[in-house]
Amino acid sequence: MSKKDSNSTDISRRSVLKGGTALAAASTMPMFFIKDAWAAKNFRNNPGNSKTVTLGFNVPQTGAYADEGADELRAFKLAVKHLNGEGDGGMMNTMKPLHLKGNGILGKKVVYVTGDTQTKSDAARASAKRMIEKDGVLMFSGGSSSGVAVAVQSLAQEMGVIFMAGLTHSNDTTGKDKRRYGFRHFFNAKMSGAALGPVLKQEMGTDRNAYHLTSDYTWGWTQEQSIKETTEALGWHTVKTVKTPVGAGDFSQYITPILNSGADTLILNHYGKDMVNSLTQSVQFGLRDKIVNGKQFEIIVPLYSRLMAQGAGDNLKGILGTTNWNWALKDAGSQAFVKSFGNAYGFPPSQAAHTCYVQTLLYANACEMAGSFYPPEVIKQLEGFKFDGMGNGATEYRAEDHQCFKDVLVVRGNQNPTSQFDLLEIVKEVPRADVEYDASIFGGELGPYEV
Amino acid sequence: MDALFIQLLNGLDKGGAYALIALGLTLTFGTLGVVNFAHGAIFMIGAFCAVSFQQILTISKKVKDESITFFDAFKDQPYLEIWWGDTGRAIIDYAVPLSILFAIPVMLLIGFAMERGLIRHFYKRTHAEQILVTFGLAIILQEVVRSIFGANPIPTSAPDIVAGSAPIGVLLGMSPDLVYPWWRLIYFAFSMSIIGGVFAFLKYTTFGMVVRAGMHDRDTVGLLGINIQRRFTIVFGLATVVAGLAGAMYAPILSPDYHMGMDFLILSFVVVVVGGMGSLEGAVAAGFLLGIMQSFASMNEIKSIIPGIDQIIIYLIAVVIILVRPRGLMGKRGVMED
Repeated sequence: MSKKDSNSTDISRRSVLKGGTALAAASTMPMFFIKDAWAAKNFRNNPGNSKTVTLGFNVPQTGAYADEGADELRAFKLAVKHLNGEGDGGMMNTMKPLHLKGNGILGKKVVYVTGDTQTKSDAARASAKRMIEKDGVLMFSGGSSSGVAVAVQSLAQEMGVIFMAGLTHSNDTTGKDKRRYGFRHFFNAKMSGAALGPVLKQEMGTDRNAYHLTSDYTWGWTQEQSIKETTEALGWHTVKTVKTPVGAGDFSQYITPILNSGADTLILNHYGKDMVNSLTQSVQFGLRDKIVNGKQFEIIVPLYSRLMAQGAGDNLKGILGTTNWNWALKDAGSQAFVKSFGNAYGFPPSQAAHTCYVQTLLYANACEMAGSFYPPEVIKQLEGFKFDGMGNGATEYRAEDHQCFKDVLVVRGNQNPTSQFDLLEIVKEVPRADVEYDASIFGGELGPYEV
Repeated sequence: MDALFIQLLNGLDKGGAYALIALGLTLTFGTLGVVNFAHGAIFMIGAFCAVSFQQILTISKKVKDESITFFDAFKDQPYLEIWWGDTGRAIIDYAVPLSILFAIPVMLLIGFAMERGLIRHFYKRTHAEQILVTFGLAIILQEVVRSIFGANPIPTSAPDIVAGSAPIGVLLGMSPDLVYPWWRLIYFAFSMSIIGGVFAFLKYTTFGMVVRAGMHDRDTVGLLGINIQRRFTIVFGLATVVAGLAGAMYAPILSPDYHMGMDFLILSFVVVVVGGMGSLEGAVAAGFLLGIMQSFASMNEIKSIIPGIDQIIIYLIAVVIILVRPRGLMGKRGVMED
């Protein structure tokens, strides 16, 4: 047999058969071989053969939203424990579908680093950048300010590292500023308005004069816009909208003009300590005792949480608002989480803690589903992912804007609390269908998978 | 009319705080010739005297909360409440006004320590050097407070009995709807009494007379055999106490945090410059004037003409005053005019 010329281009029947067989084998090969191929692909902070994976928890430890930040951090730590198979497992006992095994993520133990966003966009970006470049985090999370969330989300896109947003309620986060590498489990201002509208109509009627005090940044602006649209659709008149600086402390100069404005309703688009201060001072200035236009003066706090209710004390009693989740929910997922969190820290979790805990588990679950940490594949697993058992009923991560859709709670400051934590009374669980909207209304582009 | 009256009251309580801080600053400048940039930090420490006192009164025992069945929850029960029941609760409720008794010796000690330990070494230095060193001191004090109390504002409430609003409309024969928070009225009355007390002390006591003489001509008073330096040290302590008390009583209005002094310092320096460097009357008048102007500028009618005017009105007035009358409203000729 003569030796074949290496440059020969002859194609024999045998080689065609060989090639065809190989191609068929490749196309029918079990998925795990392909996943291994992704694992081998190089991407930023690929853990490779390391026995650990690092997650970054970037929360406000100082500033107006520090209370929420502290609770978020507690939840992150608990989630890491559960992922690593420690503790009682929390929501890993109720989440469906569940791909987590309690052995870390893809068999690698989860470790974490923390940062302080200081509730400032520039500080948050610097902290997230440090986590990505120095600590090698595969995913980072945290929130409590939409300004911060929008800023770090764009960094996540630039650097190809997934950001699982914590508490952020601005429409912009999954609206005009949405990003392929950013995901939000928390609800938004548009959904708050949709949930709150029917309750406001029922309790306060269709003839009201509303005055808005609004935190002067993306969250405040979009909440004001969404609530204004809702109330004006009910027939209410908007007397005035006034922007206030974040962390103003003394709101008296903004409250005194309300007294003689003709308004009979004050809508506080404030959160955290700003809300506690503005509400307390509004009550001190006698707003809640006033009768205007023959109606009892009312205050509405479209977004509030148990932590704020704790700070505002009796001032919050009877005031309507919305919340993403409440520890008093009776579903199995909520109860498992509350029990786990309560045993660890001695008090129930806030909505900020809940969303951060869920986001961490969702990311880990998506990695398990993808069989890889390769971000584009993890993103594809999260997009359109439907799940349950995490405290808000059946939930879906909408692929078009990375916004989670689930039931929303309308709550009221509890008039007759039965315990030190029983501060919010659930007025209505608004079904997901009532708060859904078209993803295209806010514009924005998700951007590419590969960066 | 009601709206104007409410804005006037709002301006007076803000002005009370500005005037008290500016009064201390002016005393320090007038007697020692020192531009003290740590004065805002002293206001902040005063507020934290109220916080500390409240925390001392509420040292608690952890008791199991039986109303929570999901997990082991605990609630804090202050020892004062356990030991003395309603009396203990009442003492805790009055923590802020009672903290004045705690703040006076603490602030006096801090004042003496600052003056003897640092400030006196800078009497003969330039104002620029004094500003640098006192600003550095302010940052150190801030960071010390931050390391002890954390960075977050600490809610500090007024006694329940004055936590609501006063029906001033009814009291003054105006609209019955007109109300104003009790504590802010108390703060205004408190600031007026402190200002009155300081002026009376300087005007009607021998000590005050010597200090005023020293402010006018330090060398001549020294030649009379009077130890003016020792008196000035006491005045520095007095200025520290005034700023500290202003801070302690302000705690229920603005939850204290480590940075609050800086916000007030800048405003207070503007107040001093507008009032006239070294003029006690000027500092007080300018404090109230700027507080009231800021309050009126926040009215919607004004803001609809000039948006954002409430944020800049104080600085705008300062610019005009400095241009038209460089020594300030009541400043002495030749002092800080160039």
